[in-house]
Parts: sequence; C-alpha cells; structure tokens
Amino acid sequence: MIDSAITVETRHLTRRFGPIVAVRDLNLTIAQGEVFGLLGPNGSGKTTTIRMFCGLLAPSEGTAIVAGVDVRESPDLIKERIGYMSQRFGLYEDLTVAENMDFFAGIYGLEGPSRRGRIAEVVSFLGLNRRLNQLAGTLSGGWKQRLGLACALMHRPPVLFLDEPTAGVDPAARRGFWSTIRTLASQGTTVIVTTHYMDEAGRCHRVGLMSQGHLIALGTPDEVATQVGGKSLEDAFIILQERDEQEQDA
Amino acid sequence: MKRFGPMFRKEFIQMRRDRLTLGIMVGIPVIQLLLFGFAIQTDVRHIPTVVLDESRTPTSRDVIAAFQNTGNFRIVTHVDGRATLDAWIARGDAQAGIVIPQDFPRDLARGTTATIQVIVDASDPLSSQAALAAAAGVAQVRNLAILSAAAHRNTLPLETRVRPRYNPGLRSPNYIVPGLVGVILTITLVLVTAMAIVRERERGTLEQLIVTPITKTELMLGKIAPYVGVGLVQMTTVLLLGRFVFDVPLTGNVVLLYGVAFVFIVASLALGLFVSTLVRTQQQAMQASFFFVLPNILLSGFMFPRQAMPAFFQWIGAFLPLTHFLKVLRGILLKGVGVTELWQEMAILLLFATVLIALSVRRFQKTLD
Repeated sequence: MIDSAITVETRHLTRRFGPIVAVRDLNLTIAQGEVFGLLGPNGSGKTTTIRMFCGLLAPSEGTAIVAGVDVRESPDLIKERIGYMSQRFGLYEDLTVAENMDFFAGIYGLEGPSRRGRIAEVVSFLGLNRRLNQLAGTLSGGWKQRLGLACALMHRPPVLFLDEPTAGVDPAARRGFWSTIRTLASQGTTVIVTTHYMDEAGRCHRVGLMSQGHLIALGTPDEVATQVGGKSLEDAFIILQERDEQEQDA
Repeated sequence: MKRFGPMFRKEFIQMRRDRLTLGIMVGIPVIQLLLFGFAIQTDVRHIPTVVLDESRTPTSRDVIAAFQNTGNFRIVTHVDGRATLDAWIARGDAQAGIVIPQDFPRDLARGTTATIQVIVDASDPLSSQAALAAAAGVAQVRNLAILSAAAHRNTLPLETRVRPRYNPGLRSPNYIVPGLVGVILTITLVLVTAMAIVRERERGTLEQLIVTPITKTELMLGKIAPYVGVGLVQMTTVLLLGRFVFDVPLTGNVVLLYGVAFVFIVASLALGLFVSTLVRTQQQAMQASFFFVLPNILLSGFMFPRQAMPAFFQWIGAFLPLTHFLKVLRGILLKGVGVTELWQEMAILLLFATVLIALSVRRFQKTLD
C-alpha cells in the first residue's frame, strides 16, 4: 500500500544516457501538500529527474512513484495526475487567454458544464478575468506565468511541477506567484519547483540540492544552511557543491 | 479520441488567425492555375524563322507560303546569304531557317528530287520537334499532290484516320489543369503540415503538450484535420477556374472525385507530418518539403509522360501518391471513368494515407526522448 500522505517516492532512481549518469541513486520522499525545491546548477540532473517524474523519460534503474502511479509502468496515467509548467512559456501566443484555457481544459478531458465551471474557478483564483480576450503573446511575463499556471491546474492535479517558473518575471509578480503556490499547497497540492533564486528556495518547505546527478543536501532551508555552519542558504550551497566536485575529482 | 475535438478546434483557430498563410494557400492555386493554364502550351506554334531563297521564283515563294500556312513557322526575315542565316539562328533571333537552293525549280520541273533545307535550333527539343514535324508535313503534302497528278488519281491510296479521344482538340489545358489540382495540393499541404510539429517544437509548446494526456494519434489527426478543408477548397477553386476560364470538362462523377481527393489530401498531409518528425527547425522543414515536392512534379506524369522514363524512374514515380492521384483526376475528369477502371489507384492512395499516418505516429514517439 502506498501511504496517502506521500505523493512522490523514489528508490535508487537512476537514469543513464549512454555512458553518462544523469541521475544517480536518488532516494527521495515528498509529502502531500509540501512545497519542495529542487536546486542545483545546470547539468546537475534536476531536469532529468523532473522528466522521469512526468513520465517523459523511463528510469534506467530504481523506481519512482508519483501520485500513486509507478512512472515506469504507467507513464500515460501519470500525465492525468500532474500539472507541468516550464520556464519557457509553453502556451499558444496566437490564441487568447480564454482559448488557451479552453484548449488545455479539453486536452485534460473536461467537457461541457464541468469545463466551463472549472475554467471560471481557475480564472477567479488567478485573477485572469480582465485578460480573457487578450492574445497570450501580448501578455507581460507575470501574466503569461499566471496563464501557464491556470492551464496546468485545469484538471486539479495532485502534483504540480514548476520548472524555473519565475525566470524573466519581475519581483512583484514573483512574490504574488509564490503566495499562490503556498495557497495551492495549503489546499493539498504537492508542488515541486526548480529554481535558481535563493530567496525563492527559502520559501520552500524543504529543499534538495543536486550536484552531478545526486543529492548532496536535503532538509528545510534552515537545516541545510546550518548543516555546513554557513550564514545563508546560498553560502551552504556553494560550499556543498565545491566539496562534491572535489570529491569527484579525487 | 475525446481529445481530438479540442486539438482540432485549436488548430482551426490558429489557421484562421494566420491570415498570411491562409491567403497564400488560397492564392497559390489561383496564380498557379492562371500561369500554367495560359503560359504553358506543349504544342509549339509560330517558331521565328528566317528564309534564304536563292532561286527567287514563283515556285519557291509558293513553297515558303506553304510553310507559313502550317502556322508553325513565323517568317521574321529574308536573308541573302548562308552566313547571315546562321548568324540569326546563332543569336537566337530565329529558331528555324528555310533554305531554298537555286536549283530547286529546275529539279522540280525535271522530275529529279528537289531539296529544301530546314535548319532548326535543336537546343530546345520541344520546339525543334514541332518544326521538324511541320517541315516533313509540308513536303508530304506537296509530294502527294505531285504524285497523284502524275498518276492521274484524285483519291489517296491509303489514309489513317486518327481519333483523339477524351481531348479531341488536343488542348494543353485539358491535360494541365487536372494535373494541377494534384500538384497544388501536394505542394501546399506537404509544406504546411511539415511546419506543424516543428513549429510547436520551436515555440516550446510541444514541451507543454507532451506532459498532457493527449495521445500521439489525437495530436496528429487534430493537426491535419483543418487542412483537409483547405485542400478541398483549393481543389474546388482550381476545378471551377479550369471549367469556366479554360473550358476544361468535368466529365465524370464529381462526388467520386471528391471522395478520392479526400484520401489523397490525407495522404499528402500525412507525408508533411512525416517530414515534420524528421526535421528540427522550420527552415529544414521547408527544404525537406521541396526535396519531396520536386520528384512529385517531375516523375508523377504531371508534365512529362511516365512511359518515356527509364524503368527505374517509373518505379520511383510509383511510390509517389501524386502519380496515382493524377490517373484518377484525368480518368474521372477527361475520360469520365469510375471505380471499375480506377479501383487500383484508389486502393493505393488509401494504403499511402494509412501507412504515412502510422509512420508519423511511430516516428513522433521517438522524438520525445
């Protein structure tokens, strides 16, 4: 039986691309309603990990269970239970805000009155009312990001993946976005987010730092900061990452 | 297939909003039809011709008039010497030269073989062939007249009566316009769908789509479906213009024609989708489409008869959907034939459509990793 309070669980999760090990022996448990930050430099294995969680890449070894579904066994079923939003605006710029939402609601299998009802709900939750007939391509970064979130939330996914969601968004919009994320989490949605911004990492319940394909630190932001006796999360990351690279070289 | 509807609706809105592409897709058939219909004439007439008449007699002038009356030769000038005649042809100001030697009337009167020399610029085979045939015709008519007078007969011993069926006037538009329906559909539809998947990839929207539960088949079919309508509009435009501007007959069963066209359109769109899964950028998609389009025009029998091609190229042509669709188009439009005569072509087109869609769906899966 899968513990209902646990939304993501991996055991010895590994992914190879030929001779390169992109993700190595990852063991991770994320609880329902948690905001979990996955951090690390480019090439550290964050994206590969998220892609395995989304059913886009099969693990080479080990298991990952996301929202009660084994990613290796049912990669298609997973897609009905997750929402995904990437740093790159993945919506249609030549469609209006309303058309984008209508499209994604349809793709997630919502029909008729339930589709209209859910769209209205999401629109009021994210405050998109006055933008409905605007072409998505003409929105500012912050509004694009809200629309992206709206489309990813159409089917009420228990797990939400955000890949660098605030890249290119102004500070005020970022703050608003994070309070929305916390609201979602308090309502029971598990949020897994990758980010470069340290202040954002500090807003997560827990963070995991990845370097060269494996996890080098895991815990609340405070725990990770004090783990190396550093003053801040940022200092801790730099120290841990350098230590990891020296170990690899040795 | 419940996600086909939303996908179709989205593609339709995007297509409608892209006015330029839509305009091009409707404009291309009209422009191409007018160009091909008016400009391309496979029967070459009025070849510019220079004449060197060394005998300058009523007999020679009579012969020159006979050449002119065929309609194939348009005499642009008379020259005095062989060198001048050669210079005219070399410059390209004339494509044929008629030389009547000084001895011509004398030989004719004596009953020995009188010679007329016809020089043609064969660097253009099509017009030189027309000139050669017309020149031979002139001589033949004269010969018959002289010989039958000598034999005291006013009937011919032998005659072949040629009946040009299905296109009695031997008109080029009757041949070109039906073919053009197929060519225009191939060019525009392959190009438009070749861009389809690549554009989503380049804009980053594919990344969003592949994390949704949409299946590959729903995605592919939803993408091509709106363009089936565009293809049918293009075909109707060409057929109507062909009928009312170029007087091309619509002899056979038009409903059957649209049925086969539907299958051909799906096959062309599927070919475009397949291209789309092979390339990474829109520019590559464009180049690859042209790579596919060229053999379609050259080897399908649209302009050049397939019977004249070496077996190898006929064999390649057999793998092009257009080759088979052209047979159906000409069969239905000009000959008025139906399923009994064309079922093989129809079956092949259906096979193409099915296989190409299946291939695209298969290929697409691999590009996700």
